[in-house]
Amino acid sequence: MSAIQAIAGELEPHPDVALVDRVRGGDVSAYDTLVRKYDRQIFRIAQHITQNREDAEDVMQDAFLKAYEKLDQFQGNSKFYTWLVRIAVNESLMRLRKRRTGKMVSIDEDVETEEGSVPRDLADWAPDPEQNYGQSELAEILRKTIQGLPQGFRIVFVLRDVEGLSTEETAETLGLSIPAVKSRLLRARLQLRERLSRYFRRKKGPGETRNEK
Amino acid sequence: MKCSEFLALLDDVIDDSITAEVRTDLEQHLGRCGHCEVILNTTRKTIEIYRSHEIYDLPPGLRERLHAAIMARCKKGC
Repeated sequence: MSAIQAIAGELEPHPDVALVDRVRGGDVSAYDTLVRKYDRQIFRIAQHITQNREDAEDVMQDAFLKAYEKLDQFQGNSKFYTWLVRIAVNESLMRLRKRRTGKMVSIDEDVETEEGSVPRDLADWAPDPEQNYGQSELAEILRKTIQGLPQGFRIVFVLRDVEGLSTEETAETLGLSIPAVKSRLLRARLQLRERLSRYFRRKKGPGETRNEK
Repeated sequence: MKCSEFLALLDDVIDDSITAEVRTDLEQHLGRCGHCEVILNTTRKTIEIYRSHEIYDLPPGLRERLHAAIMARCKKGC
């Protein structure tokens, strides 16, 4: 491969760019393709932030409609997906503010900023611990556990670990610094781990004694 | 490496963004410290479980409603 080809390969545009161009040219079916590609993620993000199904449905609709209307403002220097996520996060926070009439809601809410201490619960988990639960029971455990996290931790975990945004993209989307994202991600991961330990820890056999510190 | 140093590196370890030198220190520490090994393994598992399980399904009919809303918006001028 020549150097020029190699460079051209690196610069190959994201497939969404072509779809966005087609939508701008008036092809609404290309927008349908983008919607179907990302609607699950956008709904999940909205549900994680608003914690309310009706609100999440409204947020998903409003976010895709707003993105459609504002497509001319999409610069293409970020990915279409992260631009869409930013719209959905803002819509979700606005929806929360409406529900809590007048009370300010921000992603800084409820966040303790102290740095991590060594976790308390150090019990190991059973191998494949999720196998011990039925599908719907497991989903309920996972929902309940993540809902208990402070908002500011939960959003960072969802964007970074579940939806696959980079640290930089998460910081940009939430208007946080990179160190703030990193610190919240660590706290979120450790808190979730500790809470899930209640369900997933290895059960002691009859002949074993407890020797945890 | 101390446990607190391991903890400060935990995210970088999980995201696989540590240098070979740090990795050697880390492996030595994990070989001696069962607690930190448990933290690393169970934190990795936490992330994997959340990634691989759909806990909020798309409600039935929502996709169709969104499609209709976009088409209605489009009639006003695509």
